[in-house]
Amino acid sequence: MKFLSKKATCNSHGQDSSYFLGWQEYEKNPYDEVQNPEGIIQMGLAENQLSFDLLESWLSENPDAAGFKKDGESIFRELALFQDYHGLPAFKNALVEFMAEIRGNKVSFSPDNLVLTAGATSANETLIFCLANPGEAILVPTPYYPGFDRDLKWRTGVEIVPIHCSSSNGFQITKPALEEAYEHARKRHLKVKGVLITNPSNPLGTTVTREELNLLINFIDAKGIHLISDEIYSGTVFDSPGFVSITEALVDRNMQNSDVWDRVHIVYSLSKDLGLPGFRVGAIYSNNKTVVAAATKMSSFGLISSQTQYLLSVMLADKEFTRNYISTNQKRLKERHDVLVLGLQDIGISCLSSNGGLFCWVDMRHLLKSSTFEAEMELWKKIVYEVKLNISPGSSCHCTEPGWFRVCFANMSEETLNLAMQRLKFFVDSTTTHRRSPGSPKKMFLTKWVFRLSSYEHEPER
Amino acid sequence: MELISNSNSNNQQLLSRIATNGGHGEDSPYFDGWKAYDNDPFNYTENPKGVIQMGLAENQLSFDLIEDWMKTHPRASICTTEGVTEFKDIALFQDYHGLPAFRNAVAKFMGKTRGGKVVFDPDHIVMSGGATGAAETITFCLADPGEAFLVPTPYYPAFDRDLKWRTGIQLLPVVCESSNNFNITITALEAAYENARKANIRVKGLLLNNPSNPLGTVVDRETLRNIVTFINKNNIHLICDEIYAATVFSQPNFVSIAEIIEEENVICNRDLIHILYSLSKDMGFPGFRVGIIYSYNKNVVNCARKMSSFGLVSTQTQHLIASMLSDDEFIDSFISESSRRLAKRHKILTNGLSQLGIGSLKSNAGLFFWMDLRRLLKEPTYEAEMTLWRMIIKDVKLNVSPGSSFHCTEPGWFRVCFANMNDETMEVALRRIKVFMKKQMMRRSNLRLSFSSRRFEECAMTPRMMGSPHSPLVMTPHSPLVHAS
Repeated sequence: MKFLSKKATCNSHGQDSSYFLGWQEYEKNPYDEVQNPEGIIQMGLAENQLSFDLLESWLSENPDAAGFKKDGESIFRELALFQDYHGLPAFKNALVEFMAEIRGNKVSFSPDNLVLTAGATSANETLIFCLANPGEAILVPTPYYPGFDRDLKWRTGVEIVPIHCSSSNGFQITKPALEEAYEHARKRHLKVKGVLITNPSNPLGTTVTREELNLLINFIDAKGIHLISDEIYSGTVFDSPGFVSITEALVDRNMQNSDVWDRVHIVYSLSKDLGLPGFRVGAIYSNNKTVVAAATKMSSFGLISSQTQYLLSVMLADKEFTRNYISTNQKRLKERHDVLVLGLQDIGISCLSSNGGLFCWVDMRHLLKSSTFEAEMELWKKIVYEVKLNISPGSSCHCTEPGWFRVCFANMSEETLNLAMQRLKFFVDSTTTHRRSPGSPKKMFLTKWVFRLSSYEHEPER
Repeated sequence: MELISNSNSNNQQLLSRIATNGGHGEDSPYFDGWKAYDNDPFNYTENPKGVIQMGLAENQLSFDLIEDWMKTHPRASICTTEGVTEFKDIALFQDYHGLPAFRNAVAKFMGKTRGGKVVFDPDHIVMSGGATGAAETITFCLADPGEAFLVPTPYYPAFDRDLKWRTGIQLLPVVCESSNNFNITITALEAAYENARKANIRVKGLLLNNPSNPLGTVVDRETLRNIVTFINKNNIHLICDEIYAATVFSQPNFVSIAEIIEEENVICNRDLIHILYSLSKDMGFPGFRVGIIYSYNKNVVNCARKMSSFGLVSTQTQHLIASMLSDDEFIDSFISESSRRLAKRHKILTNGLSQLGIGSLKSNAGLFFWMDLRRLLKEPTYEAEMTLWRMIIKDVKLNVSPGSSFHCTEPGWFRVCFANMNDETMEVALRRIKVFMKKQMMRRSNLRLSFSSRRFEECAMTPRMMGSPHSPLVMTPHSPLVHAS
């Protein structure tokens, strides 16, 4: 082990976190409607599986794009050879227009300012390599996506200093919280190079408000630092108040010629909006030419397969398709979101009111034995091993208040979601029942029987 | 508006050091030639007087074979009617272990390209963003900033970027010379290691490129054994970049490090052995970004796999590759036909050149050969090499790569790529060289071989010649600085 680098032997990859442990448990015993109806239901994976039928029908209507052909002619060779880190022009053009469409065409983007990367994972790491030196720091509001610990810190040697957000105001970013984080970094002798926000937020599922965006713009202006806006869920906003991108906020304040304009960078991806995480399509958008130039060179370490660039260049150029996809997808997300929220409400569990993302931020504080992270872990383990649901505990997202959980809803069928709700209901009821009257086995027996019956409906032959 | 210098210094403070230093290496002459080509690219019909690209190591000779296979295997593409049933599962799959079918197919292919003499374990296969990603990732796994890898010269220019830029490590040269055909000697290895020790630099590994870019040669068995002994003795890693494995087109056969460590008399700590691979050269698919790290060290496999999140292979591509590489009959015939075509192209060019009095290092692999233009230099200096090179681009309209960009310690060598053009273009290139050589013959009879002090100063001042503080240009007997003293 001493033959290897420090990076190889430390834990900064973050995979010992509970976020990943839950996944591992799921892998050992994954739910399947037919093969394994008592397995663990995966609700810790923020995937969008609701609109594949739209993609599949587009593919069947566009055989050329699929088969390395353009106007009936094979372009296999050209694609196989294309490794220019500037990216396939047709793809970049289509992608910036898609990004603009998601923002209601209130802003426009230039393909010259776009850098393609192998997924948002690579985009975030690359941006940090460009903006900060080892030992410097980035401020990130909590709770945040657990993967940031790996993506922003591991190989870059950069630190994350949290901006604490609390449930008292719906976890919104406040000025005092920003200043406190900055001061905290200063005390630790960490030079702050920027702030990174996720908008819409993972794990909250909320869009960042205009007030917060303005606050952030003022803050980075005053401090002379960068702002990275990870907008990979921008196409999943399904309800009001609607998505306001950082670009829109800057344009509304006429800041296109300011210094700040050069210090704001957007991260995008097709993994969530189009549901294509396997294709590794990420992007950095920046008005800062130096950043674009450096990031473009760095993208050599993780370019997007030309095969994929070509397919998507044709798909995203089909405006009729993208318009229909965006609106249908959002509609379905809203419906599914409502199923989860109402189902939880039924069980006496509330969620943070949300309008985007592929998950809800669920409030289970009242189910904790005590208001501690130990109690949160205890509850989480019960939910994974007894209720057989993999959900993500708030502590893995660096939430400062125990009892919050991220629950995904777009990566399963509606039946599976309903089953998950049933299981949770049974668990909560039996816990409550147990608390109220520890000696009422009859009622528990009845509910167990109901639980089995409903799962039997899904397994006609055994 | 701000002054440019103001903006630059602002950037220096605002951005990272990595973003604003020259570590990406793109100011090297290796890339200048490409720029010359981009500005005036040869096209047989549209621009017959343009620059012919001979500085790009691509394998374009066997696409027809692949295209035929694609036509008859529509299911390989998950986007065709035949394959679309798998679309959703493939599009969702982002597990960094990679599709099992993909790993199995790659392991099998790697075995085939080593003549079936070794078997690779799919569980040790890790994906990366092309060989570029593989080289950087293995470095992140094995070395800390400030530590070093030894690398035999001449070597692929982009190693400077791939291995050093974001990782912060150093590359120290193991000098190889034409006097013994640029073979790697124990003396050279020991000297390099000792130099590092004296400079207080910790060496973590040796990077070997076999078959070699730019030489086009394979490393012989005995040298490989010696290298294994050397790294084991010093307890340093051996990273073998075998990206050109299947481009070997004539004897001697390719011997992979994987084969050496299986030999009875070879004692080797396998935790030190790592192979880098890719489909960019053997199959001709650089656009698909299929890079592979194969390590015998389980800890390295685990670490590299986690890091592969930063450069996974698109599952759309994994699926296609898995289908294609599992077709044994197709792959066997592809490998042999591709070799045959490479051999033919190599022969036509090297014979053509030798008839014009231009020699090259005897080679049997790769997509290029190492051309010897030493006797065309006005004097044996890098400056003269650059002058000659500029002349070749400007007058002969060929982009070939100057040896100095590969950190070669002897001026006058050039790498010439031959597999990235069709037959007609190659004929045009040969004709142009013929014309150029005739002119050179006439000029040489008027040349005085002198070493003027003015030329020396220019030489010493050219930053590109200096390279980095650790560049062989500063340390070797052929360096202009040494001549001066």
